[in-house]
Amino acid sequence: MEIFRSHVLVCGGTGCTSSGSVKLVDRLNDQLGELGLDKEVKVIKTGCFGLCEAGPVVIVYPEGTFYSHVQTEDVDEIVSEHLLKGRVVRRLVYQDKGDHPSVGKSLSDIEFYKHQTRVALRNCGVIDPENIDEYIAFDGYRALTKALTEMTPQDVIDEVSRSGLRGRGGGGFPTGTKWKFAAASKDDKKYVVCNADEGDPGAFMDRSVLEGDPHAILEAMAICGYAIGADEGYIYVRAEYPIAVKRLNLAIEQAHEYGLLGQNILGTGFNFDLHIRLGAGAFVCGEETALMASIEGHRGEPRPRPPFPAVKGLFGKPTNINNVETYANVAQIILRGADWFRTMGTERSAGTKVFALGGKINNTGLVEVPMGTPLRTVIYDIGGGIPHGRRFKAVQTGGPSGGCIPARLLDVPIEYDSLIEIGSMMGSGGMIVMDEDNCMVDIARFFLDFTVDESCGKCTPCRIGTRRMLEILNRIVEGKGEEGDIEKLERLATTIAKTSLCGLGQTAPNPVLSTLRYFRDEYEAHIRDKRCPAHHCRSLMQYQIIDKCRGCTACARVCPVHAVSGEVRKPHAIDQDKCIKCGACYDACRFDAIIKA
Amino acid sequence: MSEHCENCEHQDKLLKLRDIIEQKRGEQGALMPVLQGAQELFGCVPMDVQKFIAQEMHVTLSEVYGVATFYSQFALEPKGKYVISVCMGTACYVKGSQAVLDKLGEVLGLKSGETSADGKFTLSATRCLGACGLAPVMTINEDVHGRLTPEAIPGILATYQEG
Ligand SMILES: Cc1cc2nc3c(=O)[nH]c(=O)nc-3n(C[C@H](O)[C@H](O)[C@H](O)COP(=O)(O)O)c2cc1C
Ligand code: FES
Repeated sequence: MEIFRSHVLVCGGTGCTSSGSVKLVDRLNDQLGELGLDKEVKVIKTGCFGLCEAGPVVIVYPEGTFYSHVQTEDVDEIVSEHLLKGRVVRRLVYQDKGDHPSVGKSLSDIEFYKHQTRVALRNCGVIDPENIDEYIAFDGYRALTKALTEMTPQDVIDEVSRSGLRGRGGGGFPTGTKWKFAAASKDDKKYVVCNADEGDPGAFMDRSVLEGDPHAILEAMAICGYAIGADEGYIYVRAEYPIAVKRLNLAIEQAHEYGLLGQNILGTGFNFDLHIRLGAGAFVCGEETALMASIEGHRGEPRPRPPFPAVKGLFGKPTNINNVETYANVAQIILRGADWFRTMGTERSAGTKVFALGGKINNTGLVEVPMGTPLRTVIYDIGGGIPHGRRFKAVQTGGPSGGCIPARLLDVPIEYDSLIEIGSMMGSGGMIVMDEDNCMVDIARFFLDFTVDESCGKCTPCRIGTRRMLEILNRIVEGKGEEGDIEKLERLATTIAKTSLCGLGQTAPNPVLSTLRYFRDEYEAHIRDKRCPAHHCRSLMQYQIIDKCRGCTACARVCPVHAVSGEVRKPHAIDQDKCIKCGACYDACRFDAIIKA
Repeated sequence: MSEHCENCEHQDKLLKLRDIIEQKRGEQGALMPVLQGAQELFGCVPMDVQKFIAQEMHVTLSEVYGVATFYSQFALEPKGKYVISVCMGTACYVKGSQAVLDKLGEVLGLKSGETSADGKFTLSATRCLGACGLAPVMTINEDVHGRLTPEAIPGILATYQEG
């Protein structure tokens, strides 16, 4: 094996790729080649580092220097200064707020990483996901070897059960129990399925695992196949994730070459093969029965359970289906043991959970924390708080099935059960922060709009009930709310939750119920006072010019409907009858003289 | 086929589609991958292509149509040269992607889901693109544009208008 004195890791996750990291890799290689350093320094494109806000991110080892916001123009300086002369380029080094420019700030010194424990993401941003040797060098496929050669299928199931691992796809069902059911079903053909449909709008944990550590999923699925007695598996991935699909295909090919997939794996007589299927843009296909219908080539409509997939699943055969992140924990549990896994997290929620932190927060990105960590730690210590000195209003977890959690509940520990108690849920891991400018009625409307769009139409409560709720919410944000609307919403919500066929409809009312629970006053202000407290809902707000106006005419010039009048250097005024509330004047004013009221 | 001939091109693609179907023959649940192949070849799956698939795969047209219309990825009509997808995921929404979509609609004179008369632009709203760190985000074909503001839209569009 070749030895390099330095390794340059460039993030090749979706966030950084979008901001140009591929060009960085090319430029780095060009420059290193030119200086004849290409035999000494190796450039590796890795999966997501998590701190997407700082992207594109480049880390130089062995020093561990963490460069952020690196542009192509910066590459030459990194090469000529750092890689040639060993001098850190200070102006590019990532800094926490209030830091002195310090030399070689490394991962473990950075606030964002300090509070994290990486299990599912352990290899993301560490190895080259397109190279099986790197995965193997980091203990890859050792768990599969251990399972196949030292453990019986029952041992594997027992270990997973004892670990307390629960499904990371949203439901939190104990994984070991699920495997036990599938193993108990007698049939000559069984399947293992990986749910990589990641439908929560605002979540990309599964994507990052697939892009950053695809072999971990293959290994876990093979282990599961061994445990339940299956020889074939499917990974169902969103078509919107091209990089993930490419790396999975590559990983499967490499695993075949190494005899880690296919016939007679590691000479043990165990056979296991994997296929990839692409989704086609239907949220409901994340639901397990709909997902299997889709793999079978049908419309992705859910069906009632029981029978559960463990009894009658894909192509009518017993099937185990787990989420990507659930699988990402399996190899570590087999290798390091259930007791080790239980040291992280809480009694009823063992291990860690990955969250996609987004919205009004300084450090957007992926974070992995032990279960039981308070929301406050995630949002303030890791997330760095709310930008522009705005006030925190709520954090949304659980996506379209979840709810909004207000400031006074920020010390609640993140666990499956505690989140359900406060009217939200863990969900797949989207965590969206909202500040005082976000209207909670509008957020509820946003999620209902999503559900109405994505309802598959098979059952009436979900198809028609959610539409009626959306109509009411639309009226409220347009200032046409009526007394009794809140009660109507609550009645509909309860009925839909009770009578829908699948989880989509059963949980669809949650965003409305939770905002009603914690932000009822905002609903009332919209309905009774025709006022949006966050000044967000267009129909309910006015732009007004206050006495700071210098008469620069900037607003009058940008107004598309000529609603602004006034003489030069004299205060202007807005004709509210003409105003279409486009906000152009607000953005154009340089004197803060236009306010939303 | 030295001369440009739309019909020949279409026939050519149908032959390629037949190859895809041949490859997948015998595979369980092959209809989705076949439709995905067709969508890639033709840019959409119009009725005659659906009929062709039904015939070749020995399934009813209603089944093909049922699947093709269930999933939002399959378009029955061709899309514009540039497909603009504005992310309406939660992270982008709370950071103002609605205003970006509105601005695009205003400048292009299109509603979400529509294609311009000259076939140049299709405007669409999409779910999380997984680049939430850059919110609000849109893609124009393969290009990703992040940290958008409504004001930036005309400038970005101008770079595609020429091409
Ligand atoms: C409407 C709906 C959408 C879902 N979307 C997803 C998804 O995108 N990803 C996922 O892993 N699970 C999703 N689930 C949960 C799955 O049905 C299933 O519980 C999960 O894949 C089981 O894996 P786990 O036990 O490892 O969590 C969804 C459920 C519902 C009702
Ligand atoms: S919500 Fe827009 S990229 Fe994730």
